[in-house]
Amino acid sequence: MTAPSAAAETAARPGLGTRLLRNPLAAGSSLVLALVALAVVLAPWIAPFGPNEGDIADAHQSASGSHWLGTNAIGGDIYSNLLHAGRYSLTGAALTLAVASVLGITAGLLAGYFRGWFENAATAVIGLLLALPGMIVLLAARAAFGPSLWTSMTIVGILAAPAYFWVVHASVSAVRREPYIDAARVSGLSDPRIIRRHVLAAVRGPIFIQTAAVAGAAIGVQAGLEFIGLGDPNMVTWGTMLNDGFKDLYAHPMLMIWPSLMVSTVCVAFTLLGIGLRDTTEGAAAPRTRRRKRPTPSPTAARTADRDGALLSVRGLRIGYPQPDGTVTEVVRGVDLDIARGQVHGLVGESGSGKTQTAFAVLGVLPEPGHITGGSVLFDGTELADAHERTYAPLRGLRIAYVPQEPMSNLDPAFTIGYQLAEPLRRRMGMSRAQARTRALELLDRVGIADPEGTLRRYPHEISGGMAQRVLIAAAVACDPDLLIADEPTTALDVTVQAEVLDLLRDLRAERGMGVLLVTHNLGVVADLCDHVSVMRAGEIVESAPAARLFDAPQHAYTRELLAAVVDDEGPARPPLSTPNEPVPREAAE
Amino acid sequence: MTTTATSADATAPGEVLLAVDGLRVAYPGRGLRRRPTEVLHGVDIALRPGETLGLVGESGSGKSTLGRAILGLAPVTAGTVAYRGRDITHAPRAQRRELAREIQVVFQDPYGSLNPAHTIGRILEEPLTAVRAMTSTAAQARIAALLDRVALPAGAVHRLPREFSGGQRQRIAIARALALDPRVIVCDEPVSALDLSTQATILDLLTEIQETTGVAYLFISHDLAVVRRLAHRVAVMYRGDIVETGTGDQITAHPEHPYTRKLLMASPVAHPARQAERRTARAALAEG
Amino acid sequence: MLSYRLRRTLSGLRQLAAATVVSFLLLYAASGDVARNLMGESATREQVDQKAAQLGVDQPVWTQFADWLGGAFQGDLGRSWFTGQEVTEAIGIRFPVTLSLIVGTTVLTALLSAVLGVWAGTRRGGADRFVQVLSVLGVALPGFVVALVLVTQFAIRLEWFPATGYTPVEVSFTGWLKSITLPVVALTFGGMVFVTQQLRGAVIDTLRQDWVRTLRTRGLSSRRILFVHVLRSAAGPAVSVLGLHFIGLVGGAVIIEQVFTLPGLGQYTIGATASGDLPVVMGIVLLTAVVVFAANLATDLAVGWLNPKARRS
Repeated sequence: MTAPSAAAETAARPGLGTRLLRNPLAAGSSLVLALVALAVVLAPWIAPFGPNEGDIADAHQSASGSHWLGTNAIGGDIYSNLLHAGRYSLTGAALTLAVASVLGITAGLLAGYFRGWFENAATAVIGLLLALPGMIVLLAARAAFGPSLWTSMTIVGILAAPAYFWVVHASVSAVRREPYIDAARVSGLSDPRIIRRHVLAAVRGPIFIQTAAVAGAAIGVQAGLEFIGLGDPNMVTWGTMLNDGFKDLYAHPMLMIWPSLMVSTVCVAFTLLGIGLRDTTEGAAAPRTRRRKRPTPSPTAARTADRDGALLSVRGLRIGYPQPDGTVTEVVRGVDLDIARGQVHGLVGESGSGKTQTAFAVLGVLPEPGHITGGSVLFDGTELADAHERTYAPLRGLRIAYVPQEPMSNLDPAFTIGYQLAEPLRRRMGMSRAQARTRALELLDRVGIADPEGTLRRYPHEISGGMAQRVLIAAAVACDPDLLIADEPTTALDVTVQAEVLDLLRDLRAERGMGVLLVTHNLGVVADLCDHVSVMRAGEIVESAPAARLFDAPQHAYTRELLAAVVDDEGPARPPLSTPNEPVPREAAE
Repeated sequence: MTTTATSADATAPGEVLLAVDGLRVAYPGRGLRRRPTEVLHGVDIALRPGETLGLVGESGSGKSTLGRAILGLAPVTAGTVAYRGRDITHAPRAQRRELAREIQVVFQDPYGSLNPAHTIGRILEEPLTAVRAMTSTAAQARIAALLDRVALPAGAVHRLPREFSGGQRQRIAIARALALDPRVIVCDEPVSALDLSTQATILDLLTEIQETTGVAYLFISHDLAVVRRLAHRVAVMYRGDIVETGTGDQITAHPEHPYTRKLLMASPVAHPARQAERRTARAALAEG
Repeated sequence: MLSYRLRRTLSGLRQLAAATVVSFLLLYAASGDVARNLMGESATREQVDQKAAQLGVDQPVWTQFADWLGGAFQGDLGRSWFTGQEVTEAIGIRFPVTLSLIVGTTVLTALLSAVLGVWAGTRRGGADRFVQVLSVLGVALPGFVVALVLVTQFAIRLEWFPATGYTPVEVSFTGWLKSITLPVVALTFGGMVFVTQQLRGAVIDTLRQDWVRTLRTRGLSSRRILFVHVLRSAAGPAVSVLGLHFIGLVGGAVIIEQVFTLPGLGQYTIGATASGDLPVVMGIVLLTAVVVFAANLATDLAVGWLNPKARRS
């Protein structure tokens, strides 16, 4: 019951290549990279001079017709050198990419898909690689193997392999748990086929993104190594050009600037390509949320007369979600609802009917960018429709409380149950630490938890779902609220636990005289607990009646349809299978 | 495993199609020296051709694990699963692939069980071309028939799973399960994620398919009422054991095991007055 | 919690041992005829053999490792093959410089990332774009380029900071601070973005959690929910990234030290590796492995404190 799938999803999407070209970031950076690569490949033909070819007499010339970017200390043409140097720089980066991707992707795929000992071994090796300071390894390797560009870049590749392993392993592990992979296995597909058709497709996007990042890093690392003089002295690369330039930085800064520019351009292009890829493969960024600038809903004050006496009175409530195209999708369209003190009001409907949205609107916790577009929510005389947080301050957690659907995801995993129970007592009700603790113990005891002391010390992941729901109910009733909003409070629970939680809610209501708004899809739960029922469909209430009347004499066709669809254990069961040579055992019917 | 399957083609209607004997499943413990946790403690079931065996239990009862063990997706530590007299407990991958024509599955989650990146056509075509080695044209005809079988329009083949509602996706999952003409379908909570009205139509569809094709279902659910409506026989599972087996009427009218009674009394009836009666009965049961 | 600490420590020690053994064997197995290199081409066979025996490199590599390890446990990492200086002493002089850099960078990174990450994660929109631009620059511009820009602007043109050199903290605190400011800023610029992005993403994810909504319904202030609850959950992954960043800095500082001519381990390492002075290289490898071990342990303990669930696995 989260926000409605607001973004209207488009039909079949165009291919990755097409989408990539439509992304200006990806297209632009691809173009830059392609131009650089082309110039570098064609260097022997388009560069006016050979690498470091030149006359020492022409040293340190500034830019001119014959030397477009000037010359270096030995008279070499900088423009030509940049082009020639690019071959080594780019080939080196390609080597790193090849080593890193082959190692990382293979290991990640195998470890994520087959698990077992290989996964343990691979993660141990990767852990070791990550624990090594890369630069020290590179330097040590240079001490052992000598100053070879190719050796260095291979080692950078090995060191970068965890980057691939990480994303591939995570994606594959996630995909591996998807039921559709189990379904594919049960369909009789072979492992290579499942990997090819189902798994690889899912990790393709992250791999592309990672490749852009590793490529940029490889260029940077290589240039950095050579910059500090650890390059192969016989090669002209961007890094060695930087090294030469740095020696003479103050006298001839241009020697440093051109290769810096080259390295930075390529690195920036790779990074932007990565971002472009991420945007295209993961879908465009979420619609930007503007600061609030909404038409204030006009409270329909005129009809207050018939709302007297109600604890909560909702009139003409509308809730909308702005779409990227500027329109607003309404998920609740004019809901009226009254809850008296001590009354349990059931709000029933199927998924997407807007019942949870209505509950969130009353609590003022609609997920962004949803908001109330019209109508009035009057709680004991206070107008809550699109009210400011300040309006809610004296209400939430003191007079209005909430019990959520999913017990486990509604407790903060980082704090103990005791802390989470005591926090509102201390912050909102001004209790001392000791008072809050005593009260928390009472509450846990009240909601039927056998070992309140022990439970206080536990973390949410250490208790069962049923216990977590009791804790959440305890937290909700801690302040003796006037109104309890319970959103599918038993849906995530086993049926035996559900019965106990329903009993608890019934007792608490009787004991404290709370009004309850019970949101549910389960008509059995409604029959068990509710005094009054509203049936919701597609954002509107189609019928509202006292519980007994609604079940015995439903007025609206949709209500009748819902009641007819109930599968309960009162009708006849399917009879046992009768077969020609094995008739139904007579004793079965007793 | 040495028993040949060839003789099994003449399965008599009363014969057991799928037999599970003394099945134990344990998941390895996490970390070093952790004890494995056993989730099935020796379970026996038998499924006959064309029969629905309902398996009801709460979370953690091991009902889904039993289904997964039959499909070869759970680590069996003892006991056997036999299909037509042939032991398939630890069937190697190649044999499992052959079994795909015999035993199929429909999972609970209509969102996760279909690859979101594949069109419906591709999802349904995969088992046909990969396992049955059908030609593309033959597969297209078969897909059209399958979609018709589950009452989806033929145009669905070009669309992606996210364009369908939960109920429609579950129809697609059923069509995929039917693609290989299996004799057994393991239905693991196939209607639990669906809305009330959709639930009923999917249950009707499953019944109708069974009546026309004679497929057997192992129908797993936490909801006794749903199980009883579809199953010829019902088995109640509790903490890794089957505690009671009987017809749907037996289980609800005369539950033998205390847990079955508790389960029954806890399920609310969709009528205020009758639910009040049941609540009183439950309170009495808890005290007595 | 106790067993969690113990497990993390043991696994860290295993890694430390593995890194040391592997490095030693690779280095010593791959090194050529060290004695010949030292003595030069003109030396006689006997002289070379004598030198080899003196250095111990005539022994099998395992024996050399056993000797080295025995010494290491007593705090003796041998002497440089070239200068004869004790390795522990040489490292002892230079390590404070490098440590100042990486600790300073880690602290600055943590502070800036926390502010920017939370800002971008909660405000989105313009804040998000600002952080994104910063990230692109940080990732894309190699550290030495940033360092050069800083040197030319703040040291050479404005003369706010020294362009090169290091003042020990015991000599002058302000001098020390000035001498490490530019290098620390240069190092922070490149690494900060990863921590910031991680924190931003985690804040956004955490804000979407159901329990955040539930805390709001209990009437807790947005400020308290953000800084007490959301930040604690979101900080875990960011701390892990910060730990990795710290490890990267142990090596990354080498280049920056070179640009600012700081007398840290960087230059010493480069010199030792270029000449193949294996006892020195091995000493530095051991030191970095220990630093990494300590950093990893600190990270694990911090993450374990932030996230009780992590203590279990």
